[in-house]
Amino acid sequence: MNVWIEFFLSNLDMIYIVILALFLGVEVISAVPTILHTPLMSGANAIHGVVIIGSIIALALAPEDNYLLLGLGFAAVVLGTLNVVGGFVVTDRMLEMFKEKKKQ
Amino acid sequence: MIENADAAKVFLEVAYLLAALSFVFGLKMMSHPKTARQGNAVAAAGMGIAILATIVFLLLEGLMPITNLGLIIAGLGIGSIAGTWAARKVPMTAMPQMVSLFNGMGGACVALISLVEVYHFHPETWDLYAYLEYGSILLGTLIGSISFSGSIIAWGKLEGKISDKWARIKGINLLNALLLLVTLSYGFYIWLNGDLDFVKVVIFFALAVLYGITFVLPIGGADMPVVISLLNSFTGTAAAFAGFAYDNMAMIIGGILVGSAGTLLTILMTRAMNRSLMNVLLGAIVGGGAKSAEEGEKNIKEVTPQDAGIMLAYANKVIFVPGYGLAVAQAQHALHELEKLLEERGVEVKYAIHPVAGRMPGHMNVLLAEADVPYDKLLELEQANQEFPTTDVVVIIGANDVVNPAAEQDPSSPIYGMPILQAYKAKNVIVIKRSMRPGYAGIDNPLFYMDNTRMLFADAKKAIEEIIKAIQEL
Repeated sequence: MNVWIEFFLSNLDMIYIVILALFLGVEVISAVPTILHTPLMSGANAIHGVVIIGSIIALALAPEDNYLLLGLGFAAVVLGTLNVVGGFVVTDRMLEMFKEKKKQ
Repeated sequence: MIENADAAKVFLEVAYLLAALSFVFGLKMMSHPKTARQGNAVAAAGMGIAILATIVFLLLEGLMPITNLGLIIAGLGIGSIAGTWAARKVPMTAMPQMVSLFNGMGGACVALISLVEVYHFHPETWDLYAYLEYGSILLGTLIGSISFSGSIIAWGKLEGKISDKWARIKGINLLNALLLLVTLSYGFYIWLNGDLDFVKVVIFFALAVLYGITFVLPIGGADMPVVISLLNSFTGTAAAFAGFAYDNMAMIIGGILVGSAGTLLTILMTRAMNRSLMNVLLGAIVGGGAKSAEEGEKNIKEVTPQDAGIMLAYANKVIFVPGYGLAVAQAQHALHELEKLLEERGVEVKYAIHPVAGRMPGHMNVLLAEADVPYDKLLELEQANQEFPTTDVVVIIGANDVVNPAAEQDPSSPIYGMPILQAYKAKNVIVIKRSMRPGYAGIDNPLFYMDNTRMLFADAKKAIEEIIKAIQEL
């Protein structure tokens, strides 16, 4: 039991951050109109591509002679980049259509 | 006086803080039409900062051999070029499956970096922290893998490469539950034993990939949007777990934000279909309308494009109901032409958009915006339903389930209870459809047999162009 109490007390910051971030995620998109559901999902999809940071770290720290880790890390960087870049570009293409119409 | 290493760390953490803020503001801006595009750019900029800062930090710390840096830059380059190319090339109609594919890539990325972390993870003692970190690694692997393979299957279903026949296999839900149980128990066993054997974790990874496949296979193609949204929030959650394992604030915040926002979005979507998430995941909608098909001979009445043109030209008020058929035929521009032509003749024209028309909520709006249709002509479900009774002609273009009166009248229908566009209340209904084949959900539509309904069997674009020609010749 003591272990848990100590864990709780020494990680209070993180516990607060996690709970508040959970509510923030819900709050921040709660007023979204239906027309933006698809672009918003696509934008959120690009944001979880933040795992690319993890993949960069994983590849950076892989020993030069460990081809397994180098391979896994490299694949992860490529996949993560696809998620991020593809995600943002696709979202931009969708949202481009919502720009103000030019008067003809 | 701070040490050099501390300075680098401060630089990194400030960059992550900026990135986390940009995600929050980006998402917020993306939920308003006016600021949406800038919101996306803000989030992208934050991501760029985080990536750059990570690389610079690793260099400053001297943690990265030069070959690895080369590989990172190569990976970023390949991913950027391929990602941009794919995202620019994809037609608007195929957007949903593209999002699904990118989501799958993200899921795979989480799973891979979690596997790498198993390799590096050697706690001195198995205390609470070690167990929690290992738990995060395993959960990242599990959820990331499910998201990966599930997204690929969802992509295949939307592309029409994978059929819905899997849903008809008896007891597939039970099999799935068993597979999930096996996967979870195995993971739990590895975790409790603090077993860091790479092969065992790879087996766990493989089980999760397999479960992702069987999880999505039996779900009806019409429900894929909900599934994609759910898997999107899965990847977010997995990213957060990977963030714990890597002790990385940007990953934790970004992951949690997407995890919770994605879950809300998923719930909003199921609500638009008046169903629960469990119902979507377990009760696959496929061909449940067998009963109505047995009700004997039913008559349909066809109409030629010329007659349809005349009906429209002399109407006072016309409402278009676009569906996936419009998207497939790329008929949005032609439809906008028809709209302008009718307006010139003094006909009031509007569009009725069902929340789940097309393959994703908002899909139709994006397509019509592409064709320069003004927003104020787009009616949402409730507004449209108020206007149908006073409408002379409703033209349904490649939509089916969203106008199916069975959802209101037939309690045995699998879509019973889903809010629909009450097009049947209009004086006349013209349905442009390629054939009598039932819609995506595989359910027969009584609207087609009603007295005031006329069918126009043709490709949507061709039909609309012929109607335009007919009106011009009047």
